[in-house]
Amino acid sequence: MSATWIAVLATAAGCYALKLAGLTVPQRILDNARARRFAELVPVALLAALTVVQAASSGSTLVVDPARLAGLGAAVLALLLRAPFLVVIVVAAGTAAALRAAGVH
Amino acid sequence: MKHTDQQADPTPPRPVRDGVFLGLAVGTSGLAFGAAAVSSGLTAWQACALSLLAFTGASQFALVGAVAGGGSLIAGTAGAVLLGSRNALYGLRLADLIQVRGARRLVAAHGVIDETTAVTLAQPNAVAARAGFWATFASIYLTWNLATLAGALGAGRLGSPQSFGLDVVGPAAFLALIWPRLRAGRAERMVGLGGAVIALGTTPLLPAGVPVILAASAALAGALAVPGGRSR
Repeated sequence: MSATWIAVLATAAGCYALKLAGLTVPQRILDNARARRFAELVPVALLAALTVVQAASSGSTLVVDPARLAGLGAAVLALLLRAPFLVVIVVAAGTAAALRAAGVH
Repeated sequence: MKHTDQQADPTPPRPVRDGVFLGLAVGTSGLAFGAAAVSSGLTAWQACALSLLAFTGASQFALVGAVAGGGSLIAGTAGAVLLGSRNALYGLRLADLIQVRGARRLVAAHGVIDETTAVTLAQPNAVAARAGFWATFASIYLTWNLATLAGALGAGRLGSPQSFGLDVVGPAAFLALIWPRLRAGRAERMVGLGGAVIALGTTPLLPAGVPVILAASAALAGALAVPGGRSR
């Protein structure tokens, strides 16, 4: 087996083990008020971080992609208007696609 | 339009429809992964094995980047696995929401990623949360793997996902799905804002993916702000 295959399979095993570990943590730990609050807040922190990182960076470089940022701005507007999930996504992607078709890069 | 001043959403929850749609839209970025993997020197089989077995985008891209950079494969593997640690944090929260035991838990674990967490968390009750989790998992798993195969075989040259605005789907979806949490309270808004600032601020300084994990410290700060001790 090549070294690359070993790396591929080790990555897969490690990633699965981490996923399973989170699901398997004894729920008694969450009896602690702070631990439970941490578990509740973690997805908010990580998903908010992902939102801005995916919107404004490429690898380790901060980038300003006007079409992408405008798409996210349109999503915020749709959310403020209480649009359903699908509408938010379509408005965001549509805005970015339309701007790019119009030559905004 | 609602005529009451309730905070309830104007539309009923549609966990399956939303999850399937998100999976289709985000899963197509597997095209980019498949193409990147092959151009980095992985075989199409290796690209597909990563998507089937690792099934977490950030880690997959990290390993491919390490292979492309020609650096140590051990360091590359360690970095890719480290990036998977955020899924462990998600699992901590999801365990209570999706309530799986035994063999089902072994299957469910594979689906603990950003998108399934976001959809599950956005649901108002346990039934919708479980439906949202499985629908999103199935949809994104199928789409991501088929797209990886297509990308590895060269379909990426047919057109850029960016021209359809698909690069905005991820951020827009994550924001839409945590929106109810952000509206729920000041602490949630502070934690979300803190996580975003930490991640963006450290992006130029750290390898891709690490800033997002670092954002968990905002949740830690938020958790330490509540009184400790046992409850429930």
